[in-house]
Amino acid sequence: MVSKSQLQAMANQEYKHGFVSDIEEEMFPKGLSEDVVRLISQKKKEPDWMLEWRLRAYRHWLTMKEPTWANVHYPPINYQDIIYYAAPKPKKAAGSLDEIDPEIRAMYDKLGIPLQEQERLAGVAVDAVLDSVSVGTTFKKKLGELGIIFCSFSEAVQEHPDLVRKYLGSVVPFNDNFFAGLNSAVFSDGSFAYVPKGVRCPMELSTYFRINAQDTGQFERTLIVADEGAYVSYLEGCTAPIRDTNQLHAAVVELVALDDAEIKYSTIQNWYPGDRQGKGGIYNFVTKRGKCLGRNSKISWTQVETGSAITWKYPSCILQGENSVGEFYSVAVVNNLQQADTGTKMTHIGKNTRSTIISKGISAGQGQNTYRGMVKILKGATGARNYSQCDSLLLSSECGAHTFPDIQVMEPTAQMEHEASTSKIGDDQLFYCQQRGITPEDATSMIVNGFCKKIFLNLPMEFAVEAQKLIAASLALEGTVG
Amino acid sequence: MLEIKNLHASIGGKEILKGIDLSVKAGEVHALMGPNGSGKTTLAQVLAGRVSYEVTQGQVRYQGKDLLALKPEDRAREGVFMAFQYPVEIPGVGNAYFLKAALNAIRKYRGEPELDAMEFLSLVNDKMKLLGLDETFMKRGLNEGFSGGEKKRNEVFQMAVLEPRLAILDETDSGLDIDALRIVANGVNSMRNKERAMLVVTHYSRLLQYIIPDYVHVIAGGRIVKSGGKELAQELERTGYAGLGIEETPPVPAGR
Repeated sequence: MVSKSQLQAMANQEYKHGFVSDIEEEMFPKGLSEDVVRLISQKKKEPDWMLEWRLRAYRHWLTMKEPTWANVHYPPINYQDIIYYAAPKPKKAAGSLDEIDPEIRAMYDKLGIPLQEQERLAGVAVDAVLDSVSVGTTFKKKLGELGIIFCSFSEAVQEHPDLVRKYLGSVVPFNDNFFAGLNSAVFSDGSFAYVPKGVRCPMELSTYFRINAQDTGQFERTLIVADEGAYVSYLEGCTAPIRDTNQLHAAVVELVALDDAEIKYSTIQNWYPGDRQGKGGIYNFVTKRGKCLGRNSKISWTQVETGSAITWKYPSCILQGENSVGEFYSVAVVNNLQQADTGTKMTHIGKNTRSTIISKGISAGQGQNTYRGMVKILKGATGARNYSQCDSLLLSSECGAHTFPDIQVMEPTAQMEHEASTSKIGDDQLFYCQQRGITPEDATSMIVNGFCKKIFLNLPMEFAVEAQKLIAASLALEGTVG
Repeated sequence: MLEIKNLHASIGGKEILKGIDLSVKAGEVHALMGPNGSGKTTLAQVLAGRVSYEVTQGQVRYQGKDLLALKPEDRAREGVFMAFQYPVEIPGVGNAYFLKAALNAIRKYRGEPELDAMEFLSLVNDKMKLLGLDETFMKRGLNEGFSGGEKKRNEVFQMAVLEPRLAILDETDSGLDIDALRIVANGVNSMRNKERAMLVVTHYSRLLQYIIPDYVHVIAGGRIVKSGGKELAQELERTGYAGLGIEETPPVPAGR
């Protein structure tokens, strides 16, 4: 049987992306002040309105308190002990992808993210964000022919200020929460995408986030706008080197879908989780929210969360437009001493709005996994419907699964359904598989994949395969089936 | 093929098997009958390698090998198959996917090439018909929401695909109506041949009207108390276990 000891014995696989690249970087000294905010803005040659917004955010942030309601535990963060800006020093200005520093290119190659456009991921346009800045975006020209804008956030501020001003903070205002406030003040880069009216984006847009420098925080900001009738599928991936200190990652993602538009946003989060004793790892404190502003619009979040020492994130949907649809599909895996407090918030405002929540939590080692979800159906959201399903799978006797569903219905015509389950991989299941010739490791992997199947179905094909491998690796199940 | 000598096994410190001796040759079908709590399911589980049972004495040789030294998955790969009394459900893992993984694990162990999806499907097609299973059945999660009869049919279907040398059927008749019993027995009978041995564990003689055994053993109190030909099953049918002076004991929780 895969007993406690066996599962622990299996938990030996090292974090694959834990290397550090020797890239010369420009860094600010540690600490945060108005001057640092000004300096970031100046570095990025931002217009005044952008600086003003940052400063307002910063001043407001000073009045805010770090939230303590999440079911996660960590020593106090010293916000003066973090570097707020780190950027690879350009050997010379990179005018095109071919001119990217070979060290950086080598690093992304090692991660399996080629920055050459003709490579394996030919159907995916990639924006690569390293520490505080974007280092390259592929397929820009091809997308440009369709009127699709896909670039770094910094570039968008320069080249498309009207769009940025219109939508920045419209979904996650800077006073939304502590971490969003911090991000609004010091965000250094991220991705921006705009898909114009009636255009169906022909390829996956993708951002690959990589933390390389030590003691830095990563504060990226992503803004995606799908205009009327547009469709876009976006994927983000994240990794970081192995370090024995904790690093803060406080990102903000805002999505806006206008009439009849659809945004599909998928995340494969594999930040360094810390070692088996819980030393090091990323604090992943992220605010993600989408607004279904238009009629018949749809926003769908899919996340596979396997990394980070602590995860605090709730990709949410504001269903404002009539008949709009919000979806949240999540797999969260915790092993060793990882903690995750994740879920979603569906706010139904418009008539006949619908939302679906399917959350799958897998806990191993001494990991603690919390699902926290809120479904709010406001008065006037007639005919609104929600279906929630939240399942937990326990792989050890020392791990934990916690569920905090919050349901608020102010509209009598609304319909709600909530299902929840907790299960353990049983000795019976493992023995059955063994009796058919399958090893306990392969059996566990198979059972876990079966458990996550509904979520994987929502990922783009090639990423579903990646996600399966990643989950097997996080649970240290080698020689996986399929 | 199978030589069991003085086998003792216990669970949680309680001795269940108290010296089993049994010899099964290739081509033979042995029925193992006994009341609840007699140890017949324990014997099946010990042979399959369930670790919650501790073998305290005795030995089991299977095709010349020390069976008890093999891991459960290696026993399966060596050709030992057990049809479970209570087959488990594994949600989200397709029936066909599971069986293909099992078949390929076994083939790989034997140094045979693994089958791809197309080869697998053509192999299982006839066997599905034999057990009256259709394609939707193959796509469902492993035993997920199956009726008792469907689960038992699936066990025999898996057996037909995996083609074991030694098949152990643990109470395969329990929970089956007469039609399902016929289908299952048919499946089992179609697999009888000179190379294959079967050990049919059952409480009732009903199953043995469809699967005619070569030998019948009665197990009670952890020992084989009587052995004979197929007529022994008929005798039991008439007299009950009490006719042999055996008292039924309350069932022992199996496999925990």
